[in-house]
Amino acid sequence: MSTAQTGSSRVKRGLAEMLKGGVIMDVVTPEQARIAEDAGAVAVMALERVPADIRAQGGVARMSDPDLIEAIIAEVSIPVMAKARIGHFVEAQVLQALDVDYIDESEVLSPADYVNHIDKWQFNTPFVCGATNLGEALRRINEGAAMIRSKGEAGTGDVSEATKHIRKITGEINQLKSMTRDEIYVAAKELQAPYELVLEVAETGKLPVVLFTAGGVATPADAAMMMQLGADGVFVGSGIFKSGNPEQRAAAIVKATTFYDDPSVIADVSRGLGEAMVGINVGDLAAPHRLAERGW
Amino acid sequence: MTTLRSESIGAGEAASAGPRVGVLALQGDFREHAHVLARLGAHVSLVRRPEELAAVDGLVIPGGESTVMDKLARAYGLAEPLRAAIAAGMPVYGTCAGLIMLADTILDAIAGQQTLGGLDVVVRRNAFGSQNQSFETDLDIPALGAEPVHAVFIRGPVVESVGPRATPLATLADGRVVAVEQGNLLGTSFHPEITGEYRFHEYFLDRVRSRSLSRSRNG
Repeated sequence: MSTAQTGSSRVKRGLAEMLKGGVIMDVVTPEQARIAEDAGAVAVMALERVPADIRAQGGVARMSDPDLIEAIIAEVSIPVMAKARIGHFVEAQVLQALDVDYIDESEVLSPADYVNHIDKWQFNTPFVCGATNLGEALRRINEGAAMIRSKGEAGTGDVSEATKHIRKITGEINQLKSMTRDEIYVAAKELQAPYELVLEVAETGKLPVVLFTAGGVATPADAAMMMQLGADGVFVGSGIFKSGNPEQRAAAIVKATTFYDDPSVIADVSRGLGEAMVGINVGDLAAPHRLAERGW
Repeated sequence: MTTLRSESIGAGEAASAGPRVGVLALQGDFREHAHVLARLGAHVSLVRRPEELAAVDGLVIPGGESTVMDKLARAYGLAEPLRAAIAAGMPVYGTCAGLIMLADTILDAIAGQQTLGGLDVVVRRNAFGSQNQSFETDLDIPALGAEPVHAVFIRGPVVESVGPRATPLATLADGRVVAVEQGNLLGTSFHPEITGEYRFHEYFLDRVRSRSLSRSRNG
């Protein structure tokens, strides 16, 4: 009998497999974490400010206070994720020491390194990373990401970028599937991703890790659309706790994610939810304020 | 519905003669289970509603988040039909969250969390700690043959005590029980569906076949 092994790829990617079909919710207090768990979140993302507030307040956004993260871990029984800045491997070391269940190397925070992402293979705790296209997703997986989320544009409540990114990733996967072997070498060059990973995607027709969607999901119909477009699950950031009735909206988004292909359920849960988050049209954002362009 | 991705899972080719089994598809890694069952020749469908449950002769409850499955099963009228099916002897196999759902008693549940019950066991949720303690290891499971089972535990539960009606099938080196059976019910703390380990699913399908056979004889 072999000894137990922690931190393997299978164990890291496996947790993401178990989150599929679920909703991961941003929370900034233990009270919000409790509301999220009671509403049916599969996991929570512990942070100090939701993306909409980071956007409104400006300044450098960093890893959250360990006290806050620990208070949220103590409050709920579901997995707790937390964000480190892109390239900030020491924030990631701290999050691992705090025993979070997943680390999000996130463009929502201010990048700490404009050249390198974190070498995620060095960690026992799994990582989720954002991507706007297949090449970016495969570069993150090559660095050790165990889960990918399409980026969307966090903190806007405008789902159009989330739609663009999930369509881009699934579309590029579909193109690979129809290619012959000799074309895949060029595809790998153009995607700027390792040939072995590109070949794996071409052969299996999917990413080697779970693919969630994030960034701008604010309604049950938004979540269901992401699922119909091929996402394995949904991150909802500002969309819940910046709305008029977080408890009800959170539960409604959970139901719409499970019954994503049943418009009668989506209609039913969408009734009387009150105000959605106010939102910002992505088209009105000046380029420097577009978070999805962080990371490469 | 054209967008229903479950249709593409369905049965493998020419599998319509195989047993009709469902995978509870409220949340979790239900597609991995459906894939294994289809490979073994079963006619597989995804179950989210009472009428879909009524159309199957056996059910797998996948890995995932038990609190979410519980809430959705109750919200969409599936919990009581599931309890009735278990009481009537339908074969059910639960992995991880599925084991929690099948346990008569659970520890470290959230407020108000319910299970379907059926297995005379006490199960502790998330018994190993955070994801940093998730692990993979080999287990000797004599009921499945000499070759060890490679088992992946992901924030997994353990069976803290086994009542007189249930039988332990596998233990860790420290003696903690991680697989149990009772009649037509089977539960594991770990996830054979993500390691290419088919023997638990075969064990489950054998139950489905033999129950269908005995019911058609008696019917």
